[in-house]
Amino acid sequence: MAIIEIKKNIYWVGTVDWNISSFHGYSLARKGSTYNAFLVLDDKVTLFDTVPEKFKLDMYHQIHKLVKPRDIDYIVVNHVELDHSGALPFMVEKCAPEKIFCSPMGEKSLLSHFHKPEWPVQVVKDGESISLGQRDVHFMEARMLLWPDTMFSYIPQDRLLFSSDAFGQNIATSRLFDDEHDLNLLLSESRHYYTNIILPYSSFVQKTLARVRESGLEIDMIAPDHGVIWRSHAGDILAAYEEFASQKVKAKAVLVYDTMWQSTEKMIKAVGDALMEEGIEIRFMSLKRFHHSDVMGEFSDAAGLVCASPTHNNGMLPLMADFLTYMKGLKPKGRVGATLGSFGWSGEAPKAMAEVLETAGFELPVEPLRVKNVPTHENLAQCREMGRALAQKIKDKVAAQS
Amino acid sequence: MDKWVCEVCGYVYDPAEGDPDNNVPPGTKFEDVPDDWVCPVCGAAKENFAREA
Repeated sequence: MAIIEIKKNIYWVGTVDWNISSFHGYSLARKGSTYNAFLVLDDKVTLFDTVPEKFKLDMYHQIHKLVKPRDIDYIVVNHVELDHSGALPFMVEKCAPEKIFCSPMGEKSLLSHFHKPEWPVQVVKDGESISLGQRDVHFMEARMLLWPDTMFSYIPQDRLLFSSDAFGQNIATSRLFDDEHDLNLLLSESRHYYTNIILPYSSFVQKTLARVRESGLEIDMIAPDHGVIWRSHAGDILAAYEEFASQKVKAKAVLVYDTMWQSTEKMIKAVGDALMEEGIEIRFMSLKRFHHSDVMGEFSDAAGLVCASPTHNNGMLPLMADFLTYMKGLKPKGRVGATLGSFGWSGEAPKAMAEVLETAGFELPVEPLRVKNVPTHENLAQCREMGRALAQKIKDKVAAQS
Repeated sequence: MDKWVCEVCGYVYDPAEGDPDNNVPPGTKFEDVPDDWVCPVCGAAKENFAREA
């Protein structure tokens, strides 16, 4: 890759992962991703973050275009997860840095990942600064964005924030700046990324955004560790994060299902018809067609979730169990739900799904609904009734938040 | 003495162990942990903890 100067004497030295299709194996990343790392040329030559281990030579060659790796004085580790630190042992060996800066939790994480107590690690606490010569680096703890060790690094002289995983998107591109892309596409990718990766920590996002506002930091460039660098639309991505973290929902329902002989599909379609008649935007998603991360992307701004699965071996179908486990972990707030499905002889699935939704904090205005084998017209009328009741609750939710 | 779980990250506060790194000696009941104490893993406030079921 070509190196790219993002600010005077500050260079992108990361890698583009054109071929990746899944982010850490749990969220699809169909457009690939990037692992951004940055080199600051100052009195103290400083590397911010690294790349996965398998890209270590790419990074090494990137750096070689600018300086000899031995000339690197400092390495800042904003986050120890292996997509940003996999190449760190190699780089430490090649650079022999004077110091490696990380957060207090980062120190523990470095040790338990790499088992190198001899590394020259220096812990920096929230609010601490170091000087690189012409520039300072101001450190800001950003716990749970995305891990306990995460911190942001801010260079006031350049009004530049290195934000680790926050404000990222999974896009592989050689056009590294936001204004080289369609803004709506970037914000849509940012929402998908946020919902699947950062959503459970929304309260931390709100706290961090409030701190950034109150501190009066002037930010004209945000450089996350994945995807494009925000230089023309830094304000837009900050505003988008306020919105994502608020979990504001609209009059929309995602209808997610799996089906064996189409009885359950008929039932959930009837629920969807009634929702539509009541003016609710609906989105059908068969789990055979859509990955759990795509469903969550759609669910991100929806007030309602309808889950339908037939009963299989006294429980729900495995794709539904997969989805519910994933969804519950992401801790969406303030949603309403309903469950239903057909069965042959025992019929546990609707109740089992409802139990998961309940423990995930959903309001369930309608009892789980089950139908033996193939639904009759009366059964489908019950499904439509379920849809109408849910629609009312969705409207109440949306009205309550404005 | 009950254990308490951080609802954000899953860390379990065990009163038998306390949190000596953050000045909470072993044997401190969760109720007696200072109000400004935060989860040693994720930094969540005390109010984000729930009694372990």
